[in-house]
Amino acid sequence: MAMSGDIIANDILFEWLLRRGDTPLILGHRVSEWCGHSPVLEEDIALANVALDLIGQSRLWLTYAGEVEGKGRGENELAFLRDAWDFRNFLLAEQTNGDFGKTLMRQFLIDAYQVPFLAALESSGNERISEIAAKAGKEAVYHLDRSADLVIRLGDGTPESHKRMQTALDMLWAYTGEMFAGDAVDEAMFDASLAPKPENLRPQWQKTVDMVLDQATLKIPQSDFAHQGGLSGRHSEHLGHLLADMQFLQRAYPGATW
Amino acid sequence: MKKEWPLWEVFIRGQHGLNHRHVGSLHAPDAELALKNARDVYTRRREGVSIWVVPSTQITASDPGSKDSLFEPSKDKIYRHPSFYDIPEDVGKM
Repeated sequence: MAMSGDIIANDILFEWLLRRGDTPLILGHRVSEWCGHSPVLEEDIALANVALDLIGQSRLWLTYAGEVEGKGRGENELAFLRDAWDFRNFLLAEQTNGDFGKTLMRQFLIDAYQVPFLAALESSGNERISEIAAKAGKEAVYHLDRSADLVIRLGDGTPESHKRMQTALDMLWAYTGEMFAGDAVDEAMFDASLAPKPENLRPQWQKTVDMVLDQATLKIPQSDFAHQGGLSGRHSEHLGHLLADMQFLQRAYPGATW
Repeated sequence: MKKEWPLWEVFIRGQHGLNHRHVGSLHAPDAELALKNARDVYTRRREGVSIWVVPSTQITASDPGSKDSLFEPSKDKIYRHPSFYDIPEDVGKM
């Protein structure tokens, strides 16, 4: 297997790939919790589609991560047999679904990040990364189209829907800063021309968010406080509960397959 | 929910299909969301390359009770079928 070991250390690439794979995995699982519970049938199916897209993206990243790590772990081992402190997803992704509005707001804030991030990754110096990004990018564009549309409709909807969307935004805002924090891993990836610096994506994200939230008649919280820790494995209390549910089968019946 | 979203009829043109075909219906508050919902409900298995949505109320349907008077009379007029002609291959699909 040709590794990009000469460009970047495998452990750094592995760490970075876990971050790419874990956010869609955890978000995908969260969204899948709606299956059978959505307000209307059409939304139920649409949300399940989004969840499947996200889990599909995660599989590509985690499979590659396993190859880079070279310890025989594949997508399944990485998804189902790691503990909370080994997960590298954004804290935003693991936040609970709450009501339909909070789920959509969380989705929108992440979609608005994924679109420019994946677009930038398409010109990565690593072919595998650019291939995955190209595939995931198409899905992300649709996800953003959909979540932005619904955020606008509900924000600029009835007094009740407006109130719920504003509450969701206020609740989730402090988790958005983490997406742009970046650290030594991101720095190394950037220096090797493999990935963009997260902070450089902020203007594009901000533009989308400002435009959509303005149309949605929602007020962006003024606080700059940003929760952090997802990228180093310090998660909120929600992740453990999510994993207990998601990993139950493989923990209780190791190696079980369809 | 007191007030249901209006019903839309969904038409999809398949990968190799020439025409949009009726595939079913769904509820949506407006045309834009009806298209999105149709994408999610009816094209999950790569069924389509194009979608039309039409408000169900905009479709005027023939009365099933008048089936006999509408359609029976053409039954014995087989000469209306072009089955007595050879169609040149170049013509392609008619």
